Amino acid sequence: MSDSMDLSIDDVKQISVLTRISMTEDELNVMRTQMKNILDSVTILNEVDTEDVEPTGHSVNVKSVMRDDKRGDSLTQDEALLNAPQTEGSFVRIKAVLE
Amino acid sequence: MYPLDLTKITISEARTLLDRGEVSSVELAKEYIDRIRNLEKSIDAFVTVTEDQALLDAGQADKRIHDGTQSNLTGIPMQLKDNICYSGIPTTCSSKMLENFVPPFDATVSRTLKNENAILLGKGNLDEFAMGSSTENSALKSTKNPWNIDRVPGGSSGGPAAAVAASECMFSLGSDTGGSIRQPAALCGVVGMKPTYGLVSRFGLVAFASSLDQIGPLTKTVEDSALVLQSIAGHDSRDSTSLDVKIPDYVSNLGTDLRGFRIGVPKEYFIDGIDLEIKKSVLKAIDVLEGLGAEVKDVSLPHTKYALAVYYIIAPSEASANLSRYDGVKYGFSERDAETMWEGLENTRSKGFGPEVKRRIMLGAYALSAGYYDAFYLKAQKVRTLIRQEFEEVFETVDVLAMPTSPTTAFRIGDKMDDPLQMYLNDIFTIPANIAGIPSISVPAGLVGGLPVGLQFMAGALQEPNLFRAAYAFEQSTDWHKQTPPL
Repeated sequence: MSDSMDLSIDDVKQISVLTRISMTEDELNVMRTQMKNILDSVTILNEVDTEDVEPTGHSVNVKSVMRDDKRGDSLTQDEALLNAPQTEGSFVRIKAVLE
Repeated sequence: MYPLDLTKITISEARTLLDRGEVSSVELAKEYIDRIRNLEKSIDAFVTVTEDQALLDAGQADKRIHDGTQSNLTGIPMQLKDNICYSGIPTTCSSKMLENFVPPFDATVSRTLKNENAILLGKGNLDEFAMGSSTENSALKSTKNPWNIDRVPGGSSGGPAAAVAASECMFSLGSDTGGSIRQPAALCGVVGMKPTYGLVSRFGLVAFASSLDQIGPLTKTVEDSALVLQSIAGHDSRDSTSLDVKIPDYVSNLGTDLRGFRIGVPKEYFIDGIDLEIKKSVLKAIDVLEGLGAEVKDVSLPHTKYALAVYYIIAPSEASANLSRYDGVKYGFSERDAETMWEGLENTRSKGFGPEVKRRIMLGAYALSAGYYDAFYLKAQKVRTLIRQEFEEVFETVDVLAMPTSPTTAFRIGDKMDDPLQMYLNDIFTIPANIAGIPSISVPAGLVGGLPVGLQFMAGALQEPNLFRAAYAFEQSTDWHKQTPPL
């Protein structure tokens, strides 16, 4: 990354498509300015020599945790569907994925 | 009859009164419900008040106390930040996206507190999805600082901090991703504590940035903070990052003698831009600690200046992944009025999220996107390693670090809303602890212009006893924790 981020309106538009957050042209312009300011401020990290430094994903040593393959308590089907905006029988209903 | 205003007492004082039968849990709950009724219209610390359930639960607590089967928090009135699930009670995250979400399960901390028969008075307001430093990003209401209702309470746990400061509950649980417990605690003049990452289960805490999020207590005193942590700390198989460690006795460790105790003062936390009166208060606090026998020395953490940049890459990146689950299908807000599934998804997310949440999702998605991943996310994770190592080295020479919690006191509502970058600077002194995963606490250490100042301590991973020792010794030698807002 260079010291000033080259963030075009098309870049922001593309991100809005990827994140499924639609925006008006005005909103895109405001977002571009704000994102650019924030991204410019993080270029300070360029100063830091990170050659041969391992990345930290978690601050504690996280090992992969596997549970025993035993049946345990979980939500009932009714409980799991309780908050669904639209259901049909014991299913969540959505619009067709493939037209 | 009891001689006290019951809303002004601490958990340990209430425990004594409850166990002696001098006051019942129902009486205690009623006092708090009355106070909430009187104050909420000016403070707005609660998203939901669970009055009826609280009185029922208090009756149960009284039975347990009568039977002699009570524990530390039985019958104690509390609040939970509204991103912590409590079965059957709405968990909104102060977002339109979850405004009507009623979790069918308990967070592990909620389950623990239920098992103790602590009394839930309601859920605390926050910046939407815990993203913010003033609680102004709440889509539901803006919480006011009890010390001055024209000012913000800090954030994102602004509801919890304001509720404890206004004596609307005896304690609250918040979440801290970059300072969201400690900064509002400082601005509202209460004790706010972020435990070591992994010490308290995150199961049932609505995820924001999973490698940084941690639940912790907001209380009136350090002893109460230790008491609450004692209950909620511990291994949980439902959180894969939960630490399987022995939990020490936090409360019996408290004392006021600091002889042989080493306190480091990092110069990077006393930079230009910090309110001079805050600097003065914190330096005075450090003198108090020295007077108690502590050995105070100057230390340096040169990578501190990169912590904010690391945070504003890592937190949005993780948020963009975590918040992709809000699709209007399984739960939450759903905009059904659309031609296609994709259009419905887009409408749901565009109308369900507020501006700050959108900003962070988009920023994170950009930082993680092809071509930028190495430059942003990987780079930030590497600098994170250097920050963590620097803390590890400094804790070989000192027991705790002492510094200000926030560079300013509570600012005016509306003052920083137009400039996200200015808002982010509020967390400049709290973020490093999240980056390194270490525990940290903020305690009241003064008043400037009638507004509270926070003194912050940080300790090495799992060194909570050191943190409480320093904080308790300071608190007991000063009267700042006894000051109450003019309500």
